[in-house]
Amino acid sequence: MILSTLIFLPVLFAIVIALWPQKSTIRPIALGFSIAHFIFGLTLFREFDPNIADLQLVEKYMWMERFGIQYFLGIDGISFWLIQLTVFLAPLILLASWKSIDKNIRGFHICFFILQTAMLGTFLAFDAILFYVFWELSLIPMYFMIGIWGGARRIYATLKFFIFTMAGSLLMLVAIIYMMFLTQQAFGTMSSSLLDFYKLSIPFIGHEFFSMQTLLFFAFALAFAVKVPLFPLHTWLPDAHVEAPTPGSVVLAGVMLKMGTYCYLRWVLPLFPEATEYWAWIFIMLGVIGIIYGALVAMVQPDIKKLVAYSSVSHMGYIIVGIFVFNHLSLQGSLYQMLNHGISTGALFILIGMLYERTHSREIKHYGGLASALPIYTIFFFIVTFSSIAVPLTNGFVGEFLILLGTYKAIPMAAIFSVTGVVLGAAYMLWMCKRVFFGEKGPLVADAHHPLVDLNAREIVILVPFVIMIFIMGLFPNVFLKWSEASVDYLIKNKANYELTIKGAK
Amino acid sequence: MINADFIVDVGISHYLILSAILFSLGMIGVLLRKNAIVMLMSIELMLNAVNLSFITFSKYNSHIDGQIMVFFVMTIAAAEAAVGLALIVSIFKRYKEVNIRFFEHLKG
Amino acid sequence: MDHTAIVSVLFASPLLGFLINGIRRNHHSANVAGAIGSLAVFISFVCSILLWIDLQGMAPDARRIHVVYGSWMAIESLKIDFGFWIDQLSSLMILIITGVGFLIHLFSVGYMSHDKGVAKYFSYLNFFIFNMLVLVLGDSLVTLFVGWEGVGLASYLLIGFWFTDGEKAAAGMKAFIVNRIGDAAFLIGMFIFFVSFGTLNIQELNSMAPTIMESTWFGIVTLGTLFLFGGATGKSAQIPLYIWLPDAMAGPTPVSALIHAATMVTAGVYMIVRLNPLFIAAPNTMMVIAVIGALTVVLAASIGIAQNDIKKVLAYSTVSQLGYMFLACGVGAFTTAFFHLMTHAFFKALMFLGSGSVIHGMEGEQDIRKMGGLKKYLPWTHLTFMMGWLAIIGTPGFSGFFSKDEILWMSFHSPRGHWALWVLGVIGATMTAFYMTRLMCLTFWGKSRVAKTLHPHESPATMLIPLFVLAALSVVGGYVGIPHIISEILPGHPANILEHWFQPIIKTVPGLVAGDPAMEWGLMGASVALALISTILAYQLYVKNPSAIERFTQKINPIYQLVSKKYLVDELYFGFIVNPIVRLSENLWAYIDVRFIDKCTYWAGDLMKGSGSFVRSLQNGNLQTYAMYIGIGLVVALSLVMMR
Repeated sequence: MILSTLIFLPVLFAIVIALWPQKSTIRPIALGFSIAHFIFGLTLFREFDPNIADLQLVEKYMWMERFGIQYFLGIDGISFWLIQLTVFLAPLILLASWKSIDKNIRGFHICFFILQTAMLGTFLAFDAILFYVFWELSLIPMYFMIGIWGGARRIYATLKFFIFTMAGSLLMLVAIIYMMFLTQQAFGTMSSSLLDFYKLSIPFIGHEFFSMQTLLFFAFALAFAVKVPLFPLHTWLPDAHVEAPTPGSVVLAGVMLKMGTYCYLRWVLPLFPEATEYWAWIFIMLGVIGIIYGALVAMVQPDIKKLVAYSSVSHMGYIIVGIFVFNHLSLQGSLYQMLNHGISTGALFILIGMLYERTHSREIKHYGGLASALPIYTIFFFIVTFSSIAVPLTNGFVGEFLILLGTYKAIPMAAIFSVTGVVLGAAYMLWMCKRVFFGEKGPLVADAHHPLVDLNAREIVILVPFVIMIFIMGLFPNVFLKWSEASVDYLIKNKANYELTIKGAK
Repeated sequence: MINADFIVDVGISHYLILSAILFSLGMIGVLLRKNAIVMLMSIELMLNAVNLSFITFSKYNSHIDGQIMVFFVMTIAAAEAAVGLALIVSIFKRYKEVNIRFFEHLKG
Repeated sequence: MDHTAIVSVLFASPLLGFLINGIRRNHHSANVAGAIGSLAVFISFVCSILLWIDLQGMAPDARRIHVVYGSWMAIESLKIDFGFWIDQLSSLMILIITGVGFLIHLFSVGYMSHDKGVAKYFSYLNFFIFNMLVLVLGDSLVTLFVGWEGVGLASYLLIGFWFTDGEKAAAGMKAFIVNRIGDAAFLIGMFIFFVSFGTLNIQELNSMAPTIMESTWFGIVTLGTLFLFGGATGKSAQIPLYIWLPDAMAGPTPVSALIHAATMVTAGVYMIVRLNPLFIAAPNTMMVIAVIGALTVVLAASIGIAQNDIKKVLAYSTVSQLGYMFLACGVGAFTTAFFHLMTHAFFKALMFLGSGSVIHGMEGEQDIRKMGGLKKYLPWTHLTFMMGWLAIIGTPGFSGFFSKDEILWMSFHSPRGHWALWVLGVIGATMTAFYMTRLMCLTFWGKSRVAKTLHPHESPATMLIPLFVLAALSVVGGYVGIPHIISEILPGHPANILEHWFQPIIKTVPGLVAGDPAMEWGLMGASVALALISTILAYQLYVKNPSAIERFTQKINPIYQLVSKKYLVDELYFGFIVNPIVRLSENLWAYIDVRFIDKCTYWAGDLMKGSGSFVRSLQNGNLQTYAMYIGIGLVVALSLVMMR
């Protein structure tokens, strides 16, 4: 029952908050809930056995008998850290929203907790229909988050976000239904269990695009590509980020983008091994283009938040390359980079949010000389920046290094092109830092009527966990990698006919 | 005495043709007339055309079902006329108009 | 004390210094901050000595200490430890780093005493020392890379130390980004070696180096070493990535001495010496290294002639001297490369600190045209600076002479050498003598051009003591590596201590035979003579007859302008690389993102909207139209049924 509790605890929180009588105490209550949720998530460390690749802590009940749809949850090494990331970010996000969200606090927290449920469900569901429900459910709270608490062009951004992702996932729904029929043909009874899907052998004809496996592969891959977002489907991301409130941006960058990359590992690669191998070049190419393109476009953004949003495109490109190169190093690297990106980019968005609260501007050209005005802020910003540009001993380096190493092993050219991202990454981040923090004081910084106040205790409390994680993950990657080792190893070794067994079941 | 044989000559097709003519008249009325009350009457006409068919088939198949159906139709027609008229009356009260050209508020 | 403990202290003390000074970054006392910072490095220095003594006690071919703190990354076949390797090479290197580093810390106490950010300054310096130690001691390429990037980071922070000046911040950024280009190449080099050799451990790589020379350009070792060398061109400021180093002079002068002269910029040389078996196996790479080194020597030296900023002259001189080290590496004289690295660390640190003393005395003035005759105001600085000058121009008996001459000889004599390399080297030496003499003349000798309002003053003792120590080292530092040919004529025939020390770990290129002594003497004489001539010429021109040089520069004005503007290399890079990339990015954003991808999605939306509004027009709200549709539908349906 651990996983169900983990998923539906936030719903309970949302209900409590909806009924909570006092408006003034909603924030601390919600924060307390999220901390409790995080602590509950820690029990997974005890319950989860990292040494086996089996599906663990399984909960399986029939939901709709006629179609073989089940309520089927499970966890393995691939999803383990993403769960931890999701619950880890929650209290920090709520703390970061303390001042920035000032209207309809109740609604905001309800949205937030439902979003938590949806994201956790997406990571843990092992039934296609259940997964689809959670996947789509995650859109709705995010839609409201951007649409209600967002910036000036929030309606445009939220619609764009919604329609892009929705359009992608409809194809996936068709593919899921089709695969359910396939299970009926193969096993006699219909099933939407992912484990049954794994058992299917779907015919694949390499050179023919309109063959079954290829079509199914693209139906899934496209849905996830929008979410990642893979170049050229990325244009919703900068708009969504710029308009989203800080908590929305952090959830979006920190967890929701990982839903896309995670699903490649969970759904696409094991289900369609031949098609993946055959078409991997497209995704590697788009990933590499995304790395370079995202970095280049980030460089010329006038808005700090948009810059970081484009940098996400670049960073997610690494993850995609790592996944589709599909060897041990690159997969571990990709998983690691997912966590890194969640932490570093999440922290960057929070930092930008803090700056925005002070000056109500994100235009780079309005800044300058911030380092002397906000010294503590600057220290934090630089630590996170160095993590984002993958300076060794921060988390970013481990991930990028593993991905690039694995990529070089398989496709040297892809690695050589991707390495330019290392240079460009430093270029856009440091150029932005130079313009924002150094040099003459800009109009916003020098404004004598509104002197800027450095970080307060609450803000430092938010950032310290990020910084600690940045260094822990940079110094002791083994601690993290060992939890996913068995599953990744199993995935690599059985890529042709991947089947997961349930722990304890014979 | 008038030779009534010609009545016997009246076959199923006559009834059905009459029914079809009545039905078409009713339909034309519904499609072309603008007055809501007239349209309602045209609908009654169509219903009665159908009733005629029902009875015809009932007679020729020696089966009572058709005639039962007619009673249903008549009941429904009465109810419909009542509701329809009530609607038209209330619309007229509000807009002083029963020409349906004026009631296109439901366009997409 | 066991080795692990010593190494732990070695690392921990600068790290602690960094943290302590970092926490008290708002304190303005230079003495306290300086004491903490200097003490931290001094402790490291003591540890380095202890380690060196321990190595001394070991058998010559078993001189190594391997300290492993645990595994960093272990995935599949990739195993990287927090492991540190101390042998003949790295123990000497850390001695130089902590020794020179300590002196520079000491100097900084006086130099930075008026600066408010002094605690921050010392914390960055300690951070640098820490990373440099990681770089030098790391037992795998990845650990080395940690230090490699770490020192780049420290350099970034220190160059942009006075960040309120936008240009200085930009210089820091430029240094980091240019270094990153090198780092990217370094990464690829690492990948190549990992994929082909399955390890990144330096010792294992060295032992796996093929004994058969690779003659192709696309062999594994050649490609790998070429990419590693690409990394070195970034860090050690060689063509084509040298452009960041002159700008890096924006940082405080002691930083320039420590990072941009004595230690960090030599990391590339160190890395090549460290991996010498691999480089030896790739003659093509060595050729590239030698050619780039020699070209850098000449290019940087020629720019140095026309610079007027005291630190810029020294910066180009550093680039040029680094070129010598690479030249030495390229011709297979790894010991000599390290020898020059060491002597250069002494005399260039000395000269940078001396220039710092001058700048300190001149209250921030750096333009040598506004100096002159400082000898009488700054006697001690002048004296020590002169030692550095004598060393760098290769005055026989001074440290620079031994190392530079050995390099020139090897570039001629080694089987990997070529007479053209020697010629370039000698041209460089001649130019070096010229611009360094020019610097001496314009700064210390001749008539004073100091502004009347300025009263140059000699620096305090804390700044002078490091100068004395470094001056002494610049004079005698060369005696650890006396070339054989000279040692033969000296009484007692002192051995080449350095070569002997490095014997077990530094390979020589195959085919190296003993040279012809007459030839060696002849070449040595030629280079010394040329240097002497150009020294005298410079003295004549800048002290005796200043108008002649003005006339001369007037006559060749276009060339002079070109040289003084650094051959417009920065402008070329900006014009042909940086600006096009920025423009490209702007266009990518405007055209691909906004005008194409977004437009496409709008088109898709418009298509939906269009078809929607067509369907919408069918639903006109007219009851009779709807009835008509029903009727038509009925007719169509019926006729379909009937026609079947």
